[in-house]
This record gives sequence, C-alpha cells and structure tokens, in this order.
Amino acid sequence: MAIHRHDNHKSANGFMEWMDARMPVTKVWNEHLAEYIAPKNFNFWYYFGSLAILVLVIQLVTGIFLTMHYKPDAALAFASVEYIMRDVPYGWLVRYMHSTGASAFFVVVYLHMFRGVIYGSHREPREMVWLIGCVIFVALMAEAFMGYLLPWGNMSYWGAQVIISLFDVIPFVGPALTEWIRGDFVISDATLNRFFAFHVILLPLILVALVFLHLVALHHVGSNNPDGIDIYDELDEDGKPKDGIPFHPYYTVKDLVGVCGFLILYMGVIFFFPDFGGIFLEKDNFAPANPLQTPPDIVPLWYFTPFYSILRASTTTLLTFFAYSSVVIGIAAALFTKFKAPIRIGFVAAGVIAAIVFLNSSGKAWGVILMAAAIVCFFLLPWLDRSPVKSIRYRSLPFKIALAIFILAFFILGYLGMNAPTPIKTLLAQVCTCIYFAFFVLMPWFTSIGKTKPLPTRVTMKEEH
Amino acid sequence: MKKITTLIVAFAASAIVSSSTFAAGGSDVALDKVYMNMSDKASLQNGAKLFVNYCLSCHSAEYARYNRVAEDLEIPLHRLKENLMFTTEKEGDLMKTTMPAEDAKEWFGVTPPDLTLVARVRKPDWIYTYLRAFYRDDSSPSGWNNSLFENVAMPHAMYELQGVQKLMGKVDKSEQGALDAHAAQGSDDYTIVGDAKFELVHPGKMTPAEFDTAMADLTSFLTYLGEPAQLKRKTIGVYSIAFVILLMMLCYLLKKEYWRDVH
Repeated sequence: MAIHRHDNHKSANGFMEWMDARMPVTKVWNEHLAEYIAPKNFNFWYYFGSLAILVLVIQLVTGIFLTMHYKPDAALAFASVEYIMRDVPYGWLVRYMHSTGASAFFVVVYLHMFRGVIYGSHREPREMVWLIGCVIFVALMAEAFMGYLLPWGNMSYWGAQVIISLFDVIPFVGPALTEWIRGDFVISDATLNRFFAFHVILLPLILVALVFLHLVALHHVGSNNPDGIDIYDELDEDGKPKDGIPFHPYYTVKDLVGVCGFLILYMGVIFFFPDFGGIFLEKDNFAPANPLQTPPDIVPLWYFTPFYSILRASTTTLLTFFAYSSVVIGIAAALFTKFKAPIRIGFVAAGVIAAIVFLNSSGKAWGVILMAAAIVCFFLLPWLDRSPVKSIRYRSLPFKIALAIFILAFFILGYLGMNAPTPIKTLLAQVCTCIYFAFFVLMPWFTSIGKTKPLPTRVTMKEEH
Repeated sequence: MKKITTLIVAFAASAIVSSSTFAAGGSDVALDKVYMNMSDKASLQNGAKLFVNYCLSCHSAEYARYNRVAEDLEIPLHRLKENLMFTTEKEGDLMKTTMPAEDAKEWFGVTPPDLTLVARVRKPDWIYTYLRAFYRDDSSPSGWNNSLFENVAMPHAMYELQGVQKLMGKVDKSEQGALDAHAAQGSDDYTIVGDAKFELVHPGKMTPAEFDTAMADLTSFLTYLGEPAQLKRKTIGVYSIAFVILLMMLCYLLKKEYWRDVH
C-alpha cells in the first residue's frame, strides 16, 4: 500500500518534470503566484483588482450561456431575451448575473482606479500598468456600450442612436463615419449584428489580452502599497524584502474573503433588486426598440453618466466662459511670468485666438471633444502628479482637498447625467465640468505645494489588537 | 483616509437613493397605491381569469406561455383549458391575441400594446390607477376616456363590472384631507381615483370595493407576468446568500490562520 502511494507521488513529480522540460508551468506558477512578492500591508482597497478579474470571468461565462439562446436579429432579439428570462431553465439567473455583472464591473473598476490615485500606483515605475489599465477602461466602456444595444429595448436603441451620432461632429468625415459604424442610415439590424460580433468576440479578446498585459507589467515592476514606499528598499540578509510576502497563499486566501464579500452584495442585487430601481435595467428597455417612439429622456446607464454630463454641459454659455477665461489666462501669463517680451505677447495672442475659436464653434462639437478629453486626462495622470510622495497618507493638504472636490464633482456629474437637464442642473454640470478639468490641469501645481509628511522606512500595518 | 472613505460611501449611497427616486418617476402624477401579495395564488388566479376574459381579446402577452402561467399559479391543466384558453388548444402556446394587428389599428387607431412586460415599463400603481380611471366621454371616438391617460384609444373593457363613471372633476391636493375624511364616513356618492373624482352613474356587477380588489388582482397578475422568476428568485437568494455568509466566515478563519506569522 505504502509503495503504491510512493509510486503515485513519484509519478506526479515525474509528470511535472516532464511538463517543465517542455513548458515552464512551475516557473510561471512561482513567478506569478507562489514566489511573487507582494507588500504585506494591502488593505480593503486592494481587493478590487482580483475582483475585477472575477467579474470578467463571470461576464465571459454567463455571456457564453446567453449567446446560446440570444438571437442577434432586429426582429427576434427582444423576444429572445424574454425567452431566456422565461423559458430557458435558470435563464433569468444567467441574464441577471450578466446585467448586474456589467454594473458590478464598473463599480469594481472605478474603485480600483481610485485606489491607484490615492496610493500613487500610477507613479514611476508603474506608468505602463496605469496606461494599460486606462486602455482597459476604454475597452470596457466600448464593450458595455455595444452590449447595451443587444437586448434591443427602446432605450438601447435610442441610446445607441444618440451616442453614434456624436461622431457626426467630426469635420468632413463625420457623417460618412457614422454611416460606416452603423452599416445603415439609422440603427438597424446591420448595427445589431456587428455590435453582437464586437461584443462577444472582438472586445472580450481585447479585454483578456489587455488584462494579461496589465498583470505582466505589474509583476515586472512589483505592486505598490498603501504607504507608497518601495519594499525593495529594505531587504533581509537573503536579499528578500522584509515587508514582502508571497502572493500565494497569503493574498489568495485573503482575496477569498473579498470575493465572498463581493458575492454577498452582487447576489443581493441579482436576487432582490435585479433592476436596481431602474438604474441597472431601465424601464424603457422593457419595451422593444421603436424607431418612431423616442423615450422622453434618453439617458445612458449610470457608469457613463459623469462623461455624458460633461457632453451635455457644453453649451454656448460654457464656450463663452471658456473664451473669456482663455483671454484672462493669456493676459495673466503675460503679466506674471518672466519670459521674454515676444513670448509674453504670444501668450496674449494664443488666449485671443483660443477665444475666437471657442466663440465660433458649436457646443455639440466641443461636448464631444470635452468628453473625450475627460477620459484622456486619466492617461496623463502619471505625468501630471508631481508630489514627492505617492500615498495619500503622506501627501500635502492641497492634494487631499483637490481630490475630495474632484470626487464630489464626479459624483454630481454622474447624478446629473441620470436626469433630464434643467437650466440650474446644466449650470451645476458646467461648474462641475470646470472642476473636473481644473483637477487635472492644476495637478502639477497643487501636488508640488504644501508640506508632505515624512515617509516611513517600513510599511505600516494596522495596529495589533 | 477613513473619513474620505466614509464620505465617498455616503455620497454614493445618497446618489443611488436620490436617483432611484427619480428613476421611479418622481413625477407629479397622482397614483393610488396597490396592495399586492405575490404568494397569494387565489389573487393571481383571479387576475389571470380577468386577464384572459377582458384583456387578451385585444392585447397579447406574446412572451408568456399558458402552461407556464398554469404551473406558476397552480392551476390544473384541465381547468386551464376549460377556463383560460380561448385562442388555442395547445397549452404550450404563447398567449397571443386573436385580433389581427391591422384590424386593431383600423378600429382603435393604434395597435393595442403587448402586455407581457407592461408592469416593468409602468409601475403597478400606475396600472391599478389606470384600470379604475375610465369614465364616459361622448366627445371621444370610443365613448370612453381615462383620467390618468387622457384621450387613450382604449375603451372601458370592464364597464360591466365597474359600471359607468362620470368625471366630476380633478381633485386638488389641498382638498385631499377633507375628501379622505368624507370617504372615511362611508359615503358612496363619489369615488376618488388618482387625482380624479367620479360619480357612479350606472352601477356594475361589482361594488366599487369589489372592483378595486379585482383590479388589484389583475395588477398582481400583470406584475407576475412581467417577471415570472420573481416567485422563486427571492427564496433562492436567501439560501444562496446564507451559504456565502457561511463560506465567508470559513474563508476569514482560513485567512487568519495563514496570516498568523505576518506581523
């Protein structure tokens, strides 16, 4: 009996040896899990990376089952979703997992990005991790937007109609481009078919590839931590970081707790509030797409609303404000800087030219530019942030105040984007749009002023009880 | 840091709460609250009976199947065939109307909408108020009008049950208190539906109270029809979440055990 067991053990080892000679299975396992050294002081905010991967897997798996029953055909799509909800055994569960998963994905990703900002995870040497992450965010938005059309509800239809028509404002090629995207003059069966192809094949492939690159880059430079200090600065006699622990088993078991916490909330929505008061599944989407009946308020789903608010905030009033501001900034730059006279005159001229451009262009065009710029800003973060320290724990007060105001503005924009505009709400959205961009434009300034706290040499753990 | 986290959570929570109030249609339309009990099978069965008798002749419920309704509502198949199926012999069929869409369009000016998902598009309270708000109006093509959905093309399908109402006028919010007091005294010279005041000109087969109950049953059935899964979704949810809570406790203990040597 004992011999038999021993043989088994030997054959298992032999198998891994055979395997490792042909494919670096053990090497990859060690490098990325068992011997990947992570700082030991990860806190609550560090759950969202692994949770994002969990949600990605949930979306891929539920997506496969939905694809088995869904019909990407304008005449059949809506009924096929109801077929899934009624006739497919537990189809409703798979569908709610997917629709709730879409919102959960954005919740998790927004919190993951916020973590990066507060602990300086975007800073040198992790710029590539951050940039790939930003591309993931953009790809995720495209994935969500295309998926939103597939149930072929009335809001799906009109939402897609509005967003695709934004490309119309691009000079010269705009109208031809929108027609090319839709494959028709309006949103139609052709659009539905190609969005289905993008949603189930192209973008999932891109997302998985990007997530892989995100991890490759991360494991090359190592994880940041809530103190924003480098654990490789303090090594033990073996040359290993004193504050580092292997990712597996320490963080695999810790992340299991996070996974359970997430699942409780996620399942709470799926089983008790699947439409989440009309935020995750909108009322208008329970009526099939009707090209003749525009919903009273066309609003995107909640995760797009901060950017949608910025788009809508771009009115003539905002452009006039921008025009005056650029003149004032130009003059201020001329008066208060110490460049040579021709350059200072150049500042004023640039301000005046910018003002003329603002006053002579359409609000719609600038709305699209601002919305795109709002997303591009995230890509620039590693270079806009000039603070000598990474973590919010040691940052100066101006940064904390600026970040708090920015987060507030972001939430207000998100809220305003869910509702029909009124004059006062549009004004509020314009103020918040200015705050949004001011946060990024002024970041090199407010991150370099104020007094930062001294950095510790070792990471700080929660006090032992 | 804790303060910022708390602040953000508070903002997120308030944003969700306020926007869901808005999403629920925080409009100024006065609606009557409907009391529904999704586990009351008798109420759902009565709603189903009213639905096939009074709604299905013009409206379809084309995403729902007869046998699924029978199964969920615990209606025996022979009872289903005798009492609920008028348009088809196959119990697995979708609940389609017999009225051709073109004819309907010609007769009413619009094709009557499918009702499978009406409770997910409109709120149950809206349906309950709408069904009780029909009144006689000789100026409209059908001879009927509705105080909640003005100039609706639909005639009063259930006037034989409710009787014929005459609109006495709209009720102001300031009058509401006095009217409620009046109603509490058991007076029956008028009824209030939404923000409209009606006089019952010809009584129907049902008293106003009976009709209200019947319409609550019908609204419950339509709510069920919008999402059949809701009958078992919450039960599954309770067990699933209870399981994950237990799992979380075990995972936490496991984590604690592994992390004992990390200081």
